[in-house]
Amino acid sequence: MIGVERLSVAIGGRPVLDDVSLALPPGRITGLVGESGSGKSMTALAIMGLLPDGARATGRVDLDGRDLLALDDRRMSDLRGRRIGMIFQEPMTALNPLMTIGDQVAEVLIRHHGMARDAAATVARLRLDRVGLPGARFPLGLFPHELSGGQRQRVAIAMAIADAPDVLIADEPTTALDVTTQAQIMDLLRGLVADEGMALLLITHDLAVVGSTADRVAVMQGGRIVEEGATADLFRAPGHPHTRALLAAARHRPARAQAPALPGPPILRVERATRSYALPRRAPFAPTGHLRAVDDVSFSMQPGESVGLVGESGCGKSTLTRMILGLDPVQGGRILLDGQPVVAGRMPGALRARVQVVFQDPFGSFDPRWTVERLVAEPFHLTGRPRDWQDQVAAALAEVGLPADAMRRHIHQFSGGQRQRIAIARALIIRPRLIVLDEAVSALDVQVRAQVLDLLSRLRESHGIAWLFISHDLSVVRSITDRVLVMDRGRIVEDGPTRRVLDAPESAAARRLVAAMPRMPGETS
Amino acid sequence: MTLAVSLLVASAVIFAVVDLVPGDPASFMLGTGARPDTLAALRAEMGLNLPWPVRYARWLGGVLTGDLGTSLAYRTPVAGMIVERLQVSLPLALAALALAAAVAFPAGLYAASRGGRAGDAAVMAGTQVGVAIPNFWFAMLLVLVFAVKLRWLPAGGFPGWDQPLAAIRSLALPAVALALPQAAILARVLRSALIETLGQDYVRSARAKGLTRAQALRRHALRNAMIPVLTILGMQFSFLLAGAIIIENVFYLPGLGRLIFQAITQRDLVVVQSSVLVMVAAVILVTFVVDLAYALVDPRLRGAR
Repeated sequence: MIGVERLSVAIGGRPVLDDVSLALPPGRITGLVGESGSGKSMTALAIMGLLPDGARATGRVDLDGRDLLALDDRRMSDLRGRRIGMIFQEPMTALNPLMTIGDQVAEVLIRHHGMARDAAATVARLRLDRVGLPGARFPLGLFPHELSGGQRQRVAIAMAIADAPDVLIADEPTTALDVTTQAQIMDLLRGLVADEGMALLLITHDLAVVGSTADRVAVMQGGRIVEEGATADLFRAPGHPHTRALLAAARHRPARAQAPALPGPPILRVERATRSYALPRRAPFAPTGHLRAVDDVSFSMQPGESVGLVGESGCGKSTLTRMILGLDPVQGGRILLDGQPVVAGRMPGALRARVQVVFQDPFGSFDPRWTVERLVAEPFHLTGRPRDWQDQVAAALAEVGLPADAMRRHIHQFSGGQRQRIAIARALIIRPRLIVLDEAVSALDVQVRAQVLDLLSRLRESHGIAWLFISHDLSVVRSITDRVLVMDRGRIVEDGPTRRVLDAPESAAARRLVAAMPRMPGETS
Repeated sequence: MTLAVSLLVASAVIFAVVDLVPGDPASFMLGTGARPDTLAALRAEMGLNLPWPVRYARWLGGVLTGDLGTSLAYRTPVAGMIVERLQVSLPLALAALALAAAVAFPAGLYAASRGGRAGDAAVMAGTQVGVAIPNFWFAMLLVLVFAVKLRWLPAGGFPGWDQPLAAIRSLALPAVALALPQAAILARVLRSALIETLGQDYVRSARAKGLTRAQALRRHALRNAMIPVLTILGMQFSFLLAGAIIIENVFYLPGLGRLIFQAITQRDLVVVQSSVLVMVAAVILVTFVVDLAYALVDPRLRGAR
């Protein structure tokens, strides 16, 4: 039995956790929710004894009567992986790229029990089988880059449970995964808790995930636990204002723009677009296989229309997006933007300026050395920089709700939500006719996400811009789009009004997506 | 295949450059007072009046059959001269590199494990000095201390490999002098590569599995930090093979660097041409070996090949 008692942590004198108490009973799932920076991950790291350098912890982390905070790193290392396991948010980078998955799982057993390599490999095999990676398809000798994100997360889970720990801490385990994979991973975690009787601390900003999984939920704000209780009770009757605010934000539906699709010629026409990739050869002279990433796709969008594009990872949405943006060549068929053909690498600036894009990770798409003023003004190179460009930058920032003094600052000085607003300001500045949002709100906290969605809805009304919204999060798609396209294995398998597709999906792919969508208690889909 | 193409291109470039360099080897050999008909006779004998495609083809044909031509100044086969010089330069380069790595790895690992603390700062300051010291000055310092004062090792010259012990003794100080700046550079590269990999998610995963900081550094970070280190090692080896000329001069060693330098001052174009080609071949070979090593370290690069 593990528990946290009156835990406080300060980093460099600045308090980050304040008097946190939390019990993690065996065989139970405890959810820990809150906005980013509220102290969720810091609580996990304190339990693991992996606080950053310069952090000072007071209080008690109790494991069977022993205070873990009092242990030195050597002793704590003996407990990590053996009594307490942990999995992290980013499965793509959580595994050592140079080690086979078998070795990475076996390492835990070799480390803690001095097991021989063979014996450890045998156990590793069992653990990988347990997490749904059977030996026939997933031999121990595979390297992480040969696996998908969901499969890598399974390996990370196998690593964490290799030595059957008493406690498993999962820090945003499914945030980076698509909705069907998320459902599978959550099923796996639930099964592990039921079968092995371990305690699970589930940290997430996604209230729907917690609501459909956890037995108890603790809500954090500013380094404190503001409310804690049984999941059903807490969702039904939240006591603390912050819990109510979080729930409201998660259930938030932005006011829908009233005058959607404008008449006239379509802003985007995709006609029988096709793109395939050569697969690596299995043997030196084997015939090259082809993967049809985008297979005979046709659709069109009216000015001012808001269209969602959904599908599991690998269904071809990213390739299609890249083709629309003129980043990937169209091999068959054609794509017309405002009546003019999109040709990868040879798009005149004036045409380019009619479509802009906002990506999932706003930080990665900004040059860290540029001021925000310069970043937002960047698209002007397509149209020529107007005299009053600085006023326009200020106006664009104002539109997304940022103060004018943001112009002089650099990107690292902003939070994730503010960065996403800056990315939207950058997309808006040259008044494009179409904005492509590629998982643009997936990584944001519920409250920030609600603000950004409201902003998008408002801008669509005021500027008549068409949105193409690519996402795996159906609740977001539902709240902001009029029409939705469902993609599966390179093809569009369903195209219809959002409400109809999500309430009564016709294609198998759409039904899978809707079924996998986590729902909050008391939420009718 | 690409190896052969790079070598062919290199040979053409070398030939073109050497051919374009002003200075006629025949007139250099006979001095300024030579009679025109003697000069013409010598030029004919040396094949200098043939058109350039013929000269290039002859040279290339010779190279392919292992004949690197005959030195204009010494009238001996160039291949033999290069082999003789490589007997000094190759062991010297290898010894210097091994020494550099032997110092740099522990230093880099230690500095990275103390990242940002006093131990790290001390190692970094040390390497700063190591990079900054001119190596001929350091070489002279070594001579003063170990050869002149302590009389442990010879101050210069090379006795040949028929006296193995004496040969090793005479290469010891030059190897140390060459190794110092390389060790400093390598240690810095290793440290920064390690510190970068230590911040990676998989190192955090390794810690969560129960590995101590030192275990995570050795088992997970080190191998991931090897790619930049291998790149630097390859470049250093190429540099040491011919770039040791200053140190060779300080210690009077008959190495490849001095051979090329002398050949240039004597307009001994055949020697210059062929030894530069050998150098280029060595660099291409090292690059190839480094590429193989990348694939050995990183499974992601294996499929791409």
